[in-house]
Order: sequence, then structure tokens, then C-alpha cells
Amino acid sequence: MRGKSDGVGASSGRADALDRLIHERLRLGIVSALAVNDSLSFSDLKKLMKTTDGNLSVHARKLEEADYITCTKSFEGRMPKTEYKLTALGRRALERYLDHMEALIRATRER
Amino acid sequence: MASVRPLHRAPTSEPPTLHARAMDNLAFIRDTMEAAGSFTAVSGWGMVAVGIIATIAATVASAQHSVLRSIYVWIAAAVLAPCVMLWAIVRKARRAHVPLLSGPGRKFLLSFSPPMLVGALLVLYRAGVVVAIPGTWLLLYGTAVVAGGAFSVRIVPVMGICFMLAGTLALFTPSTWNDWIMAAAFGGLHIAFGIPIGWRHGG
Repeated sequence: MRGKSDGVGASSGRADALDRLIHERLRLGIVSALAVNDSLSFSDLKKLMKTTDGNLSVHARKLEEADYITCTKSFEGRMPKTEYKLTALGRRALERYLDHMEALIRATRER
Repeated sequence: MASVRPLHRAPTSEPPTLHARAMDNLAFIRDTMEAAGSFTAVSGWGMVAVGIIATIAATVASAQHSVLRSIYVWIAAAVLAPCVMLWAIVRKARRAHVPLLSGPGRKFLLSFSPPMLVGALLVLYRAGVVVAIPGTWLLLYGTAVVAGGAFSVRIVPVMGICFMLAGTLALFTPSTWNDWIMAAAFGGLHIAFGIPIGWRHGG
């Protein structure tokens, strides 16, 4: 599943090393929000990212398939509840992405 | 018949540079983390360190023969602990790539500082009534944590309430219990709450 994030860990230059899976805005938002929360429900994330059910589902599924986040479905009374958590792999991916952005900024300043 | 004009593209602004995009992405991540409302400006592992300092201070203070001397021990710990905590907070903010005084950090500091300042002034003013100092410290520290914790994760204000309860206990129990109540609160509570904060909320 790791292969879903194009180019992660590639050694051929900065552009190749960019994790395109979390480079997408909504997915980057999901990962960032989960990085500072133990877990977030589907509705929390939907409110936070100001997006639609369908859009959030699609992007969350992609992150789930890459093992960046986990999804737990349960019932609270009769109401279904979907909870998302960031995995260690997802946290590392975000840290790498942050390092990558900072490296880009540094490189531009050094020119 | 209408004449045909060649289609001219309107001059467009230059595409954003890599640098600008990177800055924009970092700002987006920071804003999302702040909006998620759960970035704890306080450091859980810093709290654990403060708890260890307080436990050592309590042990040393309880071995002193006068209340005043044990207060001096606590004052030394009260100087050291914020330095350790500040270092841990700076480290946590750097690791999370969040400016120290942006959003939650600034709000926490603005809410946390007034009760702490009042606590320091009351301790100076009531220096003669040393037995009241532990209760005053605990109550105002608890108030500061509850106020600052309103902008943090739920566990932080809960910790503040526990400190306020400990302060109440310190005021209405014999002064010989003070070192133990201080050890349980500044030592035990910091460690007990610091571990889950450090574990679950980014350090």
C-alpha cells in the first residue's frame, strides 16, 4: 500500500521525493488535523475541512489505503460513528513533508 | 460581416514560485493544526520533568526543620521548573513547526499569566503567613491552568481543576501535610497528566 504515495523515498532529486499523497490540500489537511488530535470523527473532519461527505470519504480512503490513517466504525447508541487516527507511518510522512517544504524555502533563500 | 480579431491572452501574473508554494503549504498546515484546536502549547514531557523536580523538592523540603526553609526549597524548584518547561515548550513548538506565540500558544500565555502574577504577588504580600503559601500557590496555579487550558485539549483544564482541589485541601488541612500535598499535586499531577499529553498530543 505504501506505493500509493508516489515517489516517497525516491532519491532522484527533491521533486521526486515529494509525497504527492499528502501534497493534495484536503489530504494534507486531514493528516495535519489528526497530527494534533488523538482521533477525530468523520463529522469533526468534515466541519474542519469545510468539505462534502463524498469528497472527505474519497480522500480519507486514499490515506487509509496508504496506511497513513486508520478508520474505526462503531455505533454511539443507534448512530454510526466513524473515527480516524493518524498512524506512525502517517506522522512520519507529515514530518518528511514539513522537512521537504522547509528545505525548499531554505534552498530558495540561499540562492 | 464582423471582422475577426486575433485572440490575445490577457497578461497573467507569474505562476507562484516553489518558495511561495512551500510557504503557503506550511501556513496551511499550521492553520489547520490551530483550527483543529488541539495543539497543546504546553509540553506533556515538560510537565513530567516538572513533576520530577517537584517530587525531589518535596523530599528535600520535608527534611527541613523549619517551614520557612522548606518554602525556600520550593522557591528554588519554582525557579527551575518554569525554565525546564519553557525549554520543553520551545522544543515542542519547533518540532511541530508551529511558531511559539501563534494561536494557541499566545492565547494560553495570555490566560495563564494573570493568575500566576497574582499568585506571585500574594506570596510576596503574605510572606509572613508561610503556612498559607502552598494553598495559595496550588489554587492560583490551578486557576492559571484552567484559564489557559480553555484553549487547549480537555485534559489540561481537568488538570487545573485537580490543582485547585489540592489547593483547597492544603488550605483546610494541618500545615504539616503541605509538603505531601505539594508533592502529590506538583509532582504527581504533573507526571500523571504529562504522560498522556506527551503521548497523545505531539510531545
